[in-house]
Amino acid sequence: MAKIDFILNGEKISLDTNPSRRLLDVLRDDFDLTGPKEGCGEGECGACAVLMNHEIVNSCSVPLANCIGKEITTIEGFMKTKRYEVIKESFAEEGAVQCGFCTPGMVIASESLLNKNPHPSDEEIKIGLSGNLCRCTGYNMIVKAVKKAAKDGDGLW
Amino acid sequence: MVKSAIAKTLKEALQLLNKDEYKILAGGTDLLIQNRNHTSLPIAFKGNVLYISHIEELNYVKADKDNVHIGATTTLEQILENDKTPKLLKETIIEMASPAIRHTATLAGNIGNASPAGDSLVTLYLLDTMLKIQSLNKERMIRLQDFILGVRRIALEKNEMITEIIIPKHNFTKAYFKKVGPRLSDAISKLSFAGAVEIKDNIIKDIRITFGAVFMIVVRSQENEAKMIGRSVNAVKAEIDEIISDYEPLIKPINDQRSNIEYRKTVARNLLRDFIEQL
Repeated sequence: MAKIDFILNGEKISLDTNPSRRLLDVLRDDFDLTGPKEGCGEGECGACAVLMNHEIVNSCSVPLANCIGKEITTIEGFMKTKRYEVIKESFAEEGAVQCGFCTPGMVIASESLLNKNPHPSDEEIKIGLSGNLCRCTGYNMIVKAVKKAAKDGDGLW
Repeated sequence: MVKSAIAKTLKEALQLLNKDEYKILAGGTDLLIQNRNHTSLPIAFKGNVLYISHIEELNYVKADKDNVHIGATTTLEQILENDKTPKLLKETIIEMASPAIRHTATLAGNIGNASPAGDSLVTLYLLDTMLKIQSLNKERMIRLQDFILGVRRIALEKNEMITEIIIPKHNFTKAYFKKVGPRLSDAISKLSFAGAVEIKDNIIKDIRITFGAVFMIVVRSQENEAKMIGRSVNAVKAEIDEIISDYEPLIKPINDQRSNIEYRKTVARNLLRDFIEQL
């Protein structure tokens, strides 16, 4: 057991638990945040992606110990922002969501990318989203959606 | 009963390592998967774990006249974004894993994992990388090629940890890293190749060639390289078939779930041919 203090979706959290638990399990089991999903549990699909200090990480591959002092944002937290509204509109308009399973991860990846690079090229978008798998869309609609979000949300990032 | 410890300083880590045996974990992107447990259960580490990602004093990329120094807890993405990082290493890192993994994974971890398919290793061997290894009362330097002993075997004592990666600066005329894998990211290499050359007045002043995932460790032959150094580019190009047959006995891949012997040998040969032809 160890004391793990971190910020989760803007709130200060203090846990006394096993530091060798996966962040994904802590989010889903302790906090009912089911946005991040276990698509593969191996760090290859991005369905579990969250933001750690505003950068995308795979929560299935992050031990709770490494979260001390960090700011963790799940899709549930990000949904409350203006940036999310722009991304949501773009994804809807471009048909970038079918079953929706990959979508929280894709949105997190988009935010992680745009936060550092507000006007990415198509190539840069593909690299930014390269760790996120989608079985439905064929990806091109998602890439277009990110391009559109960058344009429509000019000034937000 | 396995225990875990979280070190905030290097001194703390070395003191802990001096008392007990620990698996050292920085990002954990390899170790968490290797010790995977059922969903909702804690990671099934087989022994004690020492978490070192919080050691800020080991997070740096510095450069002096001759070398670039990278601290052990610096993440791959931080190394990628730093302008002091050698170009060839940047070109390698961007082919590794994915942005999400690069945000927590470390170069030191990729070295410690010592996978035959480790991408950074192919480039780091080519660059004559050294490692600084520390224990509570000792500090030593070792060449990367001497540190990696075999498949997932490293020359690290129980109370030691990698603290720094030292990469000599080079002035290559041309250098590249090629990765062969099934996907643009998150792919373990079927095989990989790095080649670098320094040419002056049409003479090869320096040439280095490494292959990954075609043997238990990275393949490099300074003997074969020496045969080409000091000679004209055209002379070396003319002997391309001989050069390829010099490398054949060193390229000894296996059949596994990612690829087979024939494919790996053929592509390795082709990558080498390409590199020499385009000198």
